[in-house]
Amino acid sequence: MSRLKDIVVAALGKDVKPDDTLSPASVISLFIPREQFAEATKALKNEYALLAAEWATDETSFSRGFGIYACFRKEMEYLIVRTSAPVDDPTFPSLTKKFAAAFRFERQIQSLMGVTAIGNPDSRPWIKHEDWPADAWPLRKSFDASKPLPRVPGEYQWIRVKGEGIYEIPVGPVHAGIIEPGHFRFQAMGEDVINLEEKLGYVHKGIEKRFESLSWHEASRLAGRVSGDSTVAHSLAYCRAVEALTGSPVPDRAMWLRALFLERERIANHLGDLGAICNDVAFAFLLYQFSRLREIVLRANLKLFGHRLLMDRVVPGGVAANIDAAGIQAIHQELDWLAREFERLVLIYDENSSVEDRVRDTGVLKPEQARDLCVVGYVARASGLNLDCRIHQPFPPYDRISVNVPVLVSGDVHARAWVRVEEVRESMRIIREVLNTLPEGGIMNPLSDPGPDRAGFAAVEGWRGETLYWVQSGPKGEINRCMVRDPSSLNWLGLEQCIHGNIVPDFPVCNKSFNQSYSGHDL
Amino acid sequence: MKIHPFLIEMVQIAVLLFAAPLFAGWVKMVKCWSQGRTAPSLFQPVRDIRKLLSKDVVLAENASWIFRFTPYLVFGVTVLAGGIIPIISTDLPLAATADVIALVALFAIARFFTALAGMDIGTAFGGMGSSREMTIASLAEPAMLMAIFAVSLASKSTSLSQMVLVVSQGYSILQPSLAFALLAFILIALAETGRVPVDNPATHLELTMIHEAMVLEYSGRHLALIEWAKMMKLFLFVVLGISAFFPWGIAVNDDLAGILAAPAYLVMKLGLAAVGLVLIETGLAKMRIFRVTEFLGSAFLFATLGMLSFFILE
Repeated sequence: MSRLKDIVVAALGKDVKPDDTLSPASVISLFIPREQFAEATKALKNEYALLAAEWATDETSFSRGFGIYACFRKEMEYLIVRTSAPVDDPTFPSLTKKFAAAFRFERQIQSLMGVTAIGNPDSRPWIKHEDWPADAWPLRKSFDASKPLPRVPGEYQWIRVKGEGIYEIPVGPVHAGIIEPGHFRFQAMGEDVINLEEKLGYVHKGIEKRFESLSWHEASRLAGRVSGDSTVAHSLAYCRAVEALTGSPVPDRAMWLRALFLERERIANHLGDLGAICNDVAFAFLLYQFSRLREIVLRANLKLFGHRLLMDRVVPGGVAANIDAAGIQAIHQELDWLAREFERLVLIYDENSSVEDRVRDTGVLKPEQARDLCVVGYVARASGLNLDCRIHQPFPPYDRISVNVPVLVSGDVHARAWVRVEEVRESMRIIREVLNTLPEGGIMNPLSDPGPDRAGFAAVEGWRGETLYWVQSGPKGEINRCMVRDPSSLNWLGLEQCIHGNIVPDFPVCNKSFNQSYSGHDL
Repeated sequence: MKIHPFLIEMVQIAVLLFAAPLFAGWVKMVKCWSQGRTAPSLFQPVRDIRKLLSKDVVLAENASWIFRFTPYLVFGVTVLAGGIIPIISTDLPLAATADVIALVALFAIARFFTALAGMDIGTAFGGMGSSREMTIASLAEPAMLMAIFAVSLASKSTSLSQMVLVVSQGYSILQPSLAFALLAFILIALAETGRVPVDNPATHLELTMIHEAMVLEYSGRHLALIEWAKMMKLFLFVVLGISAFFPWGIAVNDDLAGILAAPAYLVMKLGLAAVGLVLIETGLAKMRIFRVTEFLGSAFLFATLGMLSFFILE
């Protein structure tokens, strides 16, 4: 029995129908008439549910117009609410007034699908830049992706602060470091930041559109390339969504190996981030030492599983890499050594007062802001939100491993760094447990036939946070829509808020403590 | 055998021009080792300068003469400063023309024009860097003068040669006034030369930069001159510290043996100074920019204590 479902049913009464045609086993789904979409949201908000994603699909091939979906999360469950809009009136009531995080999802839906959220105060395009024709909606089925688009003149309207002594600092989209492109616009007075506005979309590659032209198996390779640093999380979320859609079982051993890959990815990325945070306060020693540890983990990945980042090791139906007794032994030995080295470096980080002075109380994202913006991952856990899909939506084998999640409340750069420290420790423990209990057997099952008009949903706790995939099959059993929700889509909002009250030179370290993905967000 | 003082002056300028990049290279090497990395060659900064000199200058369309003139001015002024700081000998003809107050003013001219050049193009980063640099300068320059005055009280002169001469002839570093002045000088030198914990010379993060933000728009030979001048400034501050507080081994007359021995002492002392600098830079994170006021305030305090203790104790 679902509590979220009861809330909506209690609020709306008989108008709510279970969404049987689209409901996969993994998540509860409801169909709500369009007029009551916002009302249902209000009921959920009052019960402290959080918004996880909002997206639209082109369902003209099923003669249903556009489907609009919102995914909510509370404690142990997800709820997907669906409504639909006819082709000649592609609008729906905005959720932004209840969930601030919806405003970018809705701008994105408007920009890419051409379905308008009525009541969203911000009508500027998102992801799609202003030099695109306003009526080019690439996610619609009628859009021809093979033809180049004409460029049109246009200017992005920034939020501007006026007054004496106010100046504007444009940063990016091309940065000096080896990072992805994104534009940050600061309004500052002296060194104090008054407002920061992000503009992303510079690495929009049309990934969601591309999914629709691929076969189910090919698409897992694409999912693994949505954001290179979280390739395991993305391909795992995709595969789990497809397996939910087709109802394909996965061998036990493959599930445990998936957890192994996911935790190894978490360790490698957290090590890199910890070093990068220190480097941004000019404490380069820890950058090089943490990078060294990360490199050793990656080389072990290459040796044991054939790829440094474990790309394409998770495939629909199972995994593509196995481990033998010698490999298990090697990982145990590596962990013994890694734990010792890691603790030495953490001690240096923790004891150096000059580093502490920079990371404490810098870039505070208050717990109430974190809740309002529905942030996920270590950003949420550093701001008092106890969110982790390994616990609240435990997919095997996490239902058999108890995961201890660190939650801090200070919400500053140090908290985000320290959550990572604790997670590395926990991941090392999980890896040992996985290796000790790894069941025997095959590592791959064939995928069942998807069938037409079905949907699958999966949530995976990647190293950056909750990664969501929602896939839908078309009339011929092909991919009709693949919705990708990287944790960055929500967490970028947090960065804009946490910088208030900070000074300009502290922005890089705040940004590094978030370390969100541009590619995963821009798609 | 006697050497003509002007020849010594020439030798000293040559030492400044070519030893400064090598010293910068040495600091980088020691820094790499301290972080557990393989170090680039000692000559890497020389190669960098040569590379930049052979590249074209990319100039913003709205660059004025200030922007184009500044690199030459900064370079010239820094070389001139090298003419009055006793590097290997105190017997410098140019030293008679300018004392320590002029030295501070020389660096101030270079800074003034760099700050103007930072604002000249009109980018946000340049103006930001200029504003930060002037904030730091307004605190560092008075502290610098106080620290040097504390030393000049002992030598009863503001001439650098005279000051070094007196200290080298037995005035001990253990004197409280000198010890305080040295402490102040180290803090000021870190700020003036843009090192950690005040500025990070190795960063790519424009928003955190101070000196680098002002010169972000420079390229080609302009950048080569500015980088070279920056290396010379670091070299000169270290040498100034060495000469003023640990002058043993410096040539005090035009005797050939003394002139020949002085570089050997200098190399040894520079080598150690670099290790000290690297230990500070590796052990500390960069401070928040508004903490620099406290940092330089304490430098001023130490310098003042040095002066007071001269009158009270010495």
